[in-house]
Amino acid sequence: MIRAENISKSFGDQVVLEDINLTFEAGKTNLIIGRSGAGKTVLLKILVGLYPPSSGIVWYSDVNFTALDKKKVRDIRMQVGMLFQGTALFDSMTIEENVRFPMDMFTNKTAKEKLDRVNYCLERVSLKDVLKKYPSQLSGGMQKRVGIARAIVLEPKYLFCDEPNSGLDPKTSLVIDELIHDITVEKNITTIINTHDMNSVMEIGDNIALIHEGKLAWEGNKEEVLTSKNEILQSFVFASPFLQKVRDLHADE
Amino acid sequence: MNDIGIGSLIIVILISTFMGAVMAVQISYQLGGQLIPRYYVGYLIRDITVIELAPTITCLVLAGKVGSNMAAEIGGMRQKEHIDAMEIMGVNTPAYLVMPKIFAAICVVPMLVAVAALVSIAGAFVSSVPTGLFTAAEYVEGIRAFFEPYNVFMMFVKAVVFGFILSAISCYQGYFVTGGSIELGKASTAAVVMSNIGILIADYFIAVLLTQ
Repeated sequence: MIRAENISKSFGDQVVLEDINLTFEAGKTNLIIGRSGAGKTVLLKILVGLYPPSSGIVWYSDVNFTALDKKKVRDIRMQVGMLFQGTALFDSMTIEENVRFPMDMFTNKTAKEKLDRVNYCLERVSLKDVLKKYPSQLSGGMQKRVGIARAIVLEPKYLFCDEPNSGLDPKTSLVIDELIHDITVEKNITTIINTHDMNSVMEIGDNIALIHEGKLAWEGNKEEVLTSKNEILQSFVFASPFLQKVRDLHADE
Repeated sequence: MNDIGIGSLIIVILISTFMGAVMAVQISYQLGGQLIPRYYVGYLIRDITVIELAPTITCLVLAGKVGSNMAAEIGGMRQKEHIDAMEIMGVNTPAYLVMPKIFAAICVVPMLVAVAALVSIAGAFVSSVPTGLFTAAEYVEGIRAFFEPYNVFMMFVKAVVFGFILSAISCYQGYFVTGGSIELGKASTAAVVMSNIGILIADYFIAVLLTQ
């Protein structure tokens, strides 16, 4: 479980986040949604410790993450996996080396054990025969899956995904969403996904938090999205005429 | 180490050869017709090379070649979120990405400077003896005259300090780059400029300190 308590963040005079209180549960996909520039990425970076909050506390279970020294932050981060918007795969390394990298850094496993684990993780994300390839030789969807494989290779307790579907077609996006959701449930991971993909919201939104102009505008789950009267949520989720029709049809049923 | 050392060997040899050759021609020209023995040319080339030109010119060149490369490499990793990814994995990124480069530069730059000094002195011989500026015997006599081992020590001190300066400044510029490709280009340029300034300032202070 991760908890954000009264998180605020400013860059100079610009207030980006204001008094955010959120709880992200284990074994569930927790989505942070909002328009571009709403403060989602800043919140994610604060949660993962890349930015310090201007005020407030981030709790990892019962540990005050914000108050930890660098060494203890690193200890926590060994339990963290992250899928980046641009995948952040090391382009001079093969896929095998990319996925193996966290193990090379932090474990004393033998080469055979590492290779077995790499193969397991790649199989888990439905990738075959890519060990010796380089990231540039894979499609965007495959790179995302390699990113997920690398993120789960050390069996993290916490998984962060920044725009996992950006640049992907709807079909591949669904595959990635389902994969993240399945892994979350299977390993009881606390997963936090930063997205503005409405398919993701409706498919895997166990918990959803809407950030609007730096403030928490709404909290709920995918079922509540359809019935909520929150105007900010409605204007964000059902922005297109097509989705408005879908909502109306759903209401008629 | 391979990138800094072997990768820079050809440019260092090329520059050192011409550095020695030009020095031989110009010192001969300056001293020509005066009451100074011609073997002094060898003596002056040796000392100028060892004390000043080999460490300084080599490191100024390396700042351009290796420094910009380091800044671009680390800056590229910053922009592609590789450094963030490593940080989130718990990797101590300065220790993992920057320290090996600084360590490699401190180890390899003195070797390159030593090669530059030898090649420069040989370059002066090869370019000037066949053209009759001085004889081989005069040059060798000059090379062996008034030799001070302390000057070689000074050369290596400069090489170590310059190696540290060029690698640390370049890595710093790359590590803290923000923005896009234009900023990366600026960081790469800044790495070279700042390294060169740092090397020249350090050169002055080392000269003052070690010649007291």
